[in-house]
Amino acid sequence: MTAPTLGVAEQYCTFWVDDLYFGVAVAEVQEVLRHQPMTPVPRANEAVRGLINLRGQIVTAVDLRVRLGLPPRPEGALPMNVIVRSRGEVVSLLVDDIGDVIDPRDQGSLELEPAPSNMPADVQDVVLGVRPLPDAILLVLDADRAVDVSAVPDTSGGNS
Amino acid sequence: MDDDAEIIAEFLVESHENLDQLDRDLVELEQHPGSRELLSSIFRTIHTIKGTSGFLAFGRLERLTHVGETLLSKLRDGEYAMTPDIAEALLRMVDTVRALLEGIERSGNDKDPGVDVAPVQAAIELLLKNGGQPPAVEAPAVEAPATEVVDRSTPSPDATEPVDASTPQPPAWDGVERRGVQAPDPAEPWDGVERRSVAEATVRVDVELLDNLVQLVGELVLTRNQILQRTDTHEDVELIRASQRLDLVASELQESVMKTRMQPIGQVWSKMPRIVRDLAHQLGREVDLTMEGHETEMDRSVLEAVKDPLTHLVRNSMDHGIERPEDRERAGKPRTGRLLLRAYHESGQVVVEITDDGKGIDPERIGAIAVQRGVVAREQLARMDTKEIIGLIFRPGFSTATEVSNISGRGVGMDVVRTNIERIGGSVDVVSEVGKGTTTRVRIPLTLAIIPALVVGEGGERYAIPQANLVELVRIEGEELRRQVERFAGAPVLRLRGRLLPLVSLAEALGGTAEEGDALTVVVVQSDDLTFGLCVSEVHDTQEIVVKPIGRQLKGLAMYAGATIMGDGRVALILDVPGMAQMQGVGAIAQENVETRGVLEGDRTALLVIEVADGRRAALPLDAVARLEEFPRERIERSGGAEVVQYRDGILPLVRLAPAIGLTDTAGRGEQVAVVVHEIEDRAVGIVIDRVLDVVEETVVLSEVGRRTGVTGSAVVQDRVTDLVDLEAVVARMGVVA
Repeated sequence: MTAPTLGVAEQYCTFWVDDLYFGVAVAEVQEVLRHQPMTPVPRANEAVRGLINLRGQIVTAVDLRVRLGLPPRPEGALPMNVIVRSRGEVVSLLVDDIGDVIDPRDQGSLELEPAPSNMPADVQDVVLGVRPLPDAILLVLDADRAVDVSAVPDTSGGNS
Repeated sequence: MDDDAEIIAEFLVESHENLDQLDRDLVELEQHPGSRELLSSIFRTIHTIKGTSGFLAFGRLERLTHVGETLLSKLRDGEYAMTPDIAEALLRMVDTVRALLEGIERSGNDKDPGVDVAPVQAAIELLLKNGGQPPAVEAPAVEAPATEVVDRSTPSPDATEPVDASTPQPPAWDGVERRGVQAPDPAEPWDGVERRSVAEATVRVDVELLDNLVQLVGELVLTRNQILQRTDTHEDVELIRASQRLDLVASELQESVMKTRMQPIGQVWSKMPRIVRDLAHQLGREVDLTMEGHETEMDRSVLEAVKDPLTHLVRNSMDHGIERPEDRERAGKPRTGRLLLRAYHESGQVVVEITDDGKGIDPERIGAIAVQRGVVAREQLARMDTKEIIGLIFRPGFSTATEVSNISGRGVGMDVVRTNIERIGGSVDVVSEVGKGTTTRVRIPLTLAIIPALVVGEGGERYAIPQANLVELVRIEGEELRRQVERFAGAPVLRLRGRLLPLVSLAEALGGTAEEGDALTVVVVQSDDLTFGLCVSEVHDTQEIVVKPIGRQLKGLAMYAGATIMGDGRVALILDVPGMAQMQGVGAIAQENVETRGVLEGDRTALLVIEVADGRRAALPLDAVARLEEFPRERIERSGGAEVVQYRDGILPLVRLAPAIGLTDTAGRGEQVAVVVHEIEDRAVGIVIDRVLDVVEETVVLSEVGRRTGVTGSAVVQDRVTDLVDLEAVVARMGVVA
């Protein structure tokens, strides 16, 4: 068997955002939760949907739809939380639906491939690469980049 | 002799630790006889004990450690080789030292007859005499059990009782006292009752572990709150009972855990006598230092944070407060100044007072210096009361020392002191009487992890405002709302007791729109010198909240200090008052007040625009205005032919402006009478107007139009023709200032 590319895990926790199929290395995922009550943070970056109480710890929820520049979730659809660890902090990624934990090697994808160059820049920005599977293309998410949203508020009136 | 007891207690704790290390080192030394490093370590330990015992006058201990030290120095210098006999002698010396220390702990002296020093001392001396060769006679062992030497990590109760105690009952340990282990009065003979040894009664714990515990307890408290909220509406009696127990236990646990991090202020104060002595010497002062409330405890993080500010305040009292002995005698005071440090708990806070009987703070001098250094504008100063003027010493860029001494002039001003204290949610205020002395009162929270906060509601969410920033709550309704809240160059201000308070709408600060209602709830908040009103939709209650950090994604938002979890499990944001002020530009306005409200800047004049006689506009030079006041109409009294009002322990004569400048008087029709206080030298006169419109700064082009008695002419102010009032003429005409 081919040795896996350095630093790329072989098992992915998968989820959907709009019609995109994403995977995050299982090692980076702490847990997956159904919809949680959120406290909005006014003046924060648009992608920050709110704060979640995760067993006493306060976790920022970043909406991947907003982060990826995708259209908003349909009315009434509640996002799920993929809780990831990123640079010493725990952050929740809001996604549409949760998939299985998969190993792409089982489905014939042996290596991480570069993302197609015609993918929207917002998506390319947070993707490490792709794993083409027989019936889908798995976008491998760079969790650190995905949760790295500008701290500077995008609404007017604030400076820092 | 509280201090001595404390020093001895510390010596004991330290020595016990050192001895444990010594045992390990000695045992290791037997295996590695040549190790210079180990020998040096052992030598240092014994040397330390010797030094301290000499200082504390423990003669037997000192003599014993002295011979031990001599032997060790020979070993260290390679004169003697390590032999089992030497090792044995050293170990026995350590045991005897330990036994002596235990004696000291019981009786406060090293004269415990149960411990025989002579044989060990003799054995070592013999070794020294024979050049490190085994002595001919084996000295009898001291009674301390040999097992003790190897393992002290789990001390058996027996090990600490070398002398059989008839009633080995240690005093009940209340779990509170840690430092204050009192050695009994040295004069008192040992009563034969075993007391728990210092080393056993205290445990050194990693601070991180304590922090962790505090955090966990915080979680527990939150969970308890949630459960309590749920069971409130429940009918299951057992469940309610259990939740009440949980409530009780959690509260006690929280208290106890917080206590583990508590340290007495005595730790900071123990350094003060030396500092005061040195400073007194340096500055040529005679100072008598009194300290009260050593045992007052606070969280270690708080203690750490106030250490430097308190030291600085003491320096300040010595440098600027207490006068030289000659000056004191001249002022009819005793040569020796008094400096009192007092700490006590008050309503969940620690209060530290630093009181001196020095020359006090002269508000006039402070005011003059503040103006001179550009800390405050002159006409702004005129509007300040004494307390506010004294408060100027906390402004950046202020230092009253005429000459920069090396005591206070270290680049650390009172502003830094205040910033540091406010950073931890504390406050500083100064009360001073010229010639009598100054008291600086520092209030600090007991802990930082859990803070009291006011919870307010906006847009369906709750926000917490730290109590430390809270000044008062004001609700304004109906008529008052229209009258007291005005737009001031586009920014809303509230007229609150004669002062203009900038208003910030929380809804707008949060990016929404403020609702226009017929009532307004204003939370008056303060940070640094800035006081402003935060308009909120709802006020919930005050509660203790656990401060939690927020993620990196939100770090750039200055308006949030963190977040907390409410009783229902939802997250609420904690507002950062200084950050909000900055974001909303309130700070900028206040800054402007200082900078642009100057009397003259270029050829621009600062004017107070007022309404007089039914909508007629008039303007006064702002530097003629000392204060703006409002009085209820019934407070106006008559004295002779003049109207007066009792004001600041005196009588303020009033002049109605409208008739004085040839207009119909319409002032004072309402319940309140607006008055501009004008000061001429040390006299004041109140000028009655209809209301204040604005403060503007304009380039005044004086026109002769409208010139008459009391009016120097008119000018276009804010695009409208405005009478310029000749105050002197107005006041003179009425003849109120004799």
